[in-house]
Amino acid sequence: MTTETLKTKASVLENLVAVRAMIRRHKRNDVIFAAIGLIALMLGLLTLLTLFIDLVMDGYPRFNLEFFSNFPSRRAANAGLLSAWVGSLLVMAVTFLTAVPMGVAAGLYLEEYAPKNWFSDLIEINVSNLAGVPSIIYGLLALGLFVYGLGLGESILTAGLTLGLLTLPVVIVSTREAIRGIPVAIREAAYAVGATKWQVVKDHVVKYSQGGILTGVIIGMSRAIGETAPIITIGALTFIAFLPPAPITEVAPFINFEWLSSGFTVLPIQMFNWLSRPDHAFHTNAAATGAIIILLTLLMNGTAIYLRYQIRKNIKW
Amino acid sequence: MINATPALKAESRDLNFFYSNGNQALKSVNMPLYENKITALIGPSGCGKSTFLRCFNRMHDLYPGNKYEGKIVMHPDNTNILEAGVDPIEVRMRISMVFQKPNPFPKSIFENVAYGLRVRGEKNKRTVADKVEEALKGAALWNEVKDRQQDLAFNLSGGQQQRLCIARALATDPEIMLFDEPTSALDPIATANIEELMSELKSKLTILVVTHNMQQAARVSDYTAYMYLGEMMEYGDTDTIFTRPTRKETEDYITGKFG
Ligand SMILES: Nc1ncnc2c1ncn2[C@@H]1O[C@H](COP(=O)(O)OP(=O)(O)O)[C@@H](O)[C@H]1O
Ligand SMILES: [Mg+2]
Repeated sequence: MTTETLKTKASVLENLVAVRAMIRRHKRNDVIFAAIGLIALMLGLLTLLTLFIDLVMDGYPRFNLEFFSNFPSRRAANAGLLSAWVGSLLVMAVTFLTAVPMGVAAGLYLEEYAPKNWFSDLIEINVSNLAGVPSIIYGLLALGLFVYGLGLGESILTAGLTLGLLTLPVVIVSTREAIRGIPVAIREAAYAVGATKWQVVKDHVVKYSQGGILTGVIIGMSRAIGETAPIITIGALTFIAFLPPAPITEVAPFINFEWLSSGFTVLPIQMFNWLSRPDHAFHTNAAATGAIIILLTLLMNGTAIYLRYQIRKNIKW
Repeated sequence: MINATPALKAESRDLNFFYSNGNQALKSVNMPLYENKITALIGPSGCGKSTFLRCFNRMHDLYPGNKYEGKIVMHPDNTNILEAGVDPIEVRMRISMVFQKPNPFPKSIFENVAYGLRVRGEKNKRTVADKVEEALKGAALWNEVKDRQQDLAFNLSGGQQQRLCIARALATDPEIMLFDEPTSALDPIATANIEELMSELKSKLTILVVTHNMQQAARVSDYTAYMYLGEMMEYGDTDTIFTRPTRKETEDYITGKFG
């Protein structure tokens, strides 16, 4: 053995050459993979970017204040987005107010309170599946339930509730994921000083999962804002030259709920409407609206990332 | 021991414990816990030390399917804290715990220590501030943090964080404090600080500490229990256990022949 283990200088050098060749070979794979990944990434990003630039260039003549303050019109150059963006804003408000409390409560219940058995497993599978159901199905459900069943009509309330349903699974799933990210050690620390379950939930679980929940909410809402199919299904109007009654009034009680039952249109429907006109001048309006929707979505996602970073900054685990 | 046997604070009687998967982690464990004394639990990894410790504050109740048999009786009230009718929250209000890795909340230093008081509904700001100060002093952390109590707890060093966790456990005047390998994540200086602190704390309360460090058990404890495979192999005052253990297994473990 002893003679075998004494290596000559030549054999060491020979070995070194072989090792270096091997490392070079292995590293080549790194380069190849990085290249493939980069190409894939660029294909996705460039397509989106091209689309966006194209829309901006087409819609360029409409980027002025009148476009936002004018109602739709028979003359393309005068037609504006006023009723559409106000409609989108109000619908989103209803969506937010329904999806967030319900989604967070449901997520909290499933994660913290529900007994773990076959039934909760079933609910779990269903919730994840709901997130993947095509949005037009939600439209059909809403038509039957909200429009006809509950008699809410083709209103802002119906649209908001529909998009709320659509957003709900996203909020539930992100709430549960955020809660699961809280380390067991932190929960046990709270229980160990004598906290009840509710105290642990309100003082710790909700606080530390805020970032994740918020991200889920914004991403869900940014999906909802561009939804067209379910809104068409429940009968959104395509040409609206009036605004819903204002939610805040000058006389007591200062709050007015009439806007909820008002007819409405939203950004993607306005865009769809302009796009289907034979007159090409309207396509400029459609392009401008498309660019605005993309910008809005990017803005919301950017906000989500920023807020998550801000909230997570103080939490290290 | 020169003086008479000290008062009994708690004792486990024929304690069996089963995890939800059916694994019996404790087998008929009997052990006394003397008042104002430090009792150390030693034994090889996986022998059931943490399991035993966590019976004392009903931590196992947080996970469904776990089962206790037997008793842990607390004195002087003679309450069997494992009884179904006894609320685990009541038990945790009397017996606090310090964990293996420092686990402060992502809150301020002040709020970490105050949390036990908040849970008890203490609203008076003066009272809370006084108790926080007292607890931080008790945990030998006051001088280091008194001017930055609103800082995030994560900004403290590991040893300071562990003392913060001790302060949090101390703020509510517990009768017993449980320590599960409190220094295993700390450097030697921080470890020495914690050990010194434990010796100071025992004038106020009763301590049960799990440790895998034999020297630590010998240094800080008054009584030592050696566990093996879920059973209490030997229990006695620390001097006797470390110098004249009655069982061969105990001696082998202490002298490092296995474990
Ligand atoms: N949650 C659990 N479920 C099932 N078995 C467990 C669980 N936790 C610990 N055990 C088992 O119980 C035994 C004792 O574990 P533990 O008390 O953690 O040991 P120690 O603290 O002495 O290292 C080990 O065999 C371990 O595998
Ligand atoms: Mg352990």
